[in-house]
Amino acid sequence: MGNGIQLRVNGRAVSVPCGTVVAAAVALAGESGFRHSVLGEPRGPLCGMGVCMECRVIIDGLTHCRSCQTLCEEGMEVRTHD
Amino acid sequence: MTERLFQFEIVIVGAGPAGIAAACAAAECGKRVAVVDDTPWLGGQIWRGQQARASNPQARRWIEKLRASGAALLDQTSVIASPHHGLLLAEHPDGPREIRWDKLILATGARELFLPFQGWTLPGIFGPGGLQALVKNGWPIAGKRVVIAGTGPLLLAVADGLKKHGAKIVSIAEQAPMARVAAFALKLLAHPEKIFQGIGLKARLLDVPYRFGAWPVKAEGGGQIRSITLSDERKSWTQECDALACGFHLVPNTELPLAVGCELVGDFVRVNPLQATTVPGVYCAGEPTGIGGVECALVEGGIAGYAASGSNAKAEAMFARRDSWHRFRAGLAEAFALRDELKTLATDETLLCRCEDVPFGRVKQFTGWREAKLLTRCGMGPCQGRICGTATSFLFGWGAGSVRPPVLPARVKSLLTTTNLN
Repeated sequence: MGNGIQLRVNGRAVSVPCGTVVAAAVALAGESGFRHSVLGEPRGPLCGMGVCMECRVIIDGLTHCRSCQTLCEEGMEVRTHD
Repeated sequence: MTERLFQFEIVIVGAGPAGIAAACAAAECGKRVAVVDDTPWLGGQIWRGQQARASNPQARRWIEKLRASGAALLDQTSVIASPHHGLLLAEHPDGPREIRWDKLILATGARELFLPFQGWTLPGIFGPGGLQALVKNGWPIAGKRVVIAGTGPLLLAVADGLKKHGAKIVSIAEQAPMARVAAFALKLLAHPEKIFQGIGLKARLLDVPYRFGAWPVKAEGGGQIRSITLSDERKSWTQECDALACGFHLVPNTELPLAVGCELVGDFVRVNPLQATTVPGVYCAGEPTGIGGVECALVEGGIAGYAASGSNAKAEAMFARRDSWHRFRAGLAEAFALRDELKTLATDETLLCRCEDVPFGRVKQFTGWREAKLLTRCGMGPCQGRICGTATSFLFGWGAGSVRPPVLPARVKSLLTTTNLN
């Protein structure tokens, strides 16, 4: 796999091996909450399989991306709490 | 401009074990085949493509066989609707796709069942299979204290997998009573490979406390889980942890089969011996027809692939093997049946619908899913009731009702490509 992909999570640089999903990069950046619920509670990934939508983040400006089903790519800009 | 219109003799939705086996069988019969999957990898949630290739010889063998089969692979392609017989509408990062089929094989797999208990919405609480999947794709777990709870054979496999990645497994709580699981283990004599798998797992986890007849009741923490209180029929106790992997076995993904018009029997897609559903030309294989595991899915996928190709003799030659896995499947359901105590874990304030933050107390006063949805918004968020709707079918015995397109949240651009979704 080898170290290789550089991306940014909430402006912070993260380096991950090839094959890492965006959700893992968010966790590696030190974020435990991925979004705020309707009532303002912090939420993170639950199902890990693209079903629950709790891990949704903004990737390169595109909202509602399932971070557990998206592989990291070079130069990605990820933002939590959409 | 990327390709937008596709046409194949046989289209398979789902690139897990059932879908891969179906594609290999159909391609072997000389058909023009495509496998459609919403992930960027092959192998579905159980094999997770590239990572699994290094560690799981069975997964590697099947994925290589699929790659050599000549079947087209449409990855990152989420099917969102079935506007009419013979056509699927899907979404790809580059834009919408229309996929036409002569025969359709649905191998949509399963998801974990989640049940509400106090604190279950805290970050750091995952499904066991979900956490396993995330860890396979880089989620940091080394040095973390993990409690595993819920039910099913997956709990042991996940404990083993997480431990290999450096997690400290605090304990495993299986809600089923020991006597029932032991009776199931005895029946496994018909499937010796499963016994050896189980013994190997247990041997590697000898230092991990494993409790039968125990379940989670309350998670606590601020912004992140810090502890979990577990209970059995006599007492409760609290364990500190950094993560909780908790799931109550698997439930079938039947949204797309329903959208295509397939009839269910109970929670599962009704199929005949050739894996054909009640819709002409549409077959179904693997977990949507019953939770039976990888080997069962591989056999059913093979039968569906041959049957959809018109090679009924080849399909029939696999019936005996499928019968044997169906006995295993029945034993699994019996051994890990859910106890009634799990229906009483949520308080009135506990959120039932995580998308719309609807508490249990507001939903329980209704008599059915449709009414509860209309009046509380439960099940109306982005997961479209896949988490809470499935929970209410266990908690209140409600049926999930009808499925309306799009079956997944979709971009307006995708919806505009077709004039009439219905």
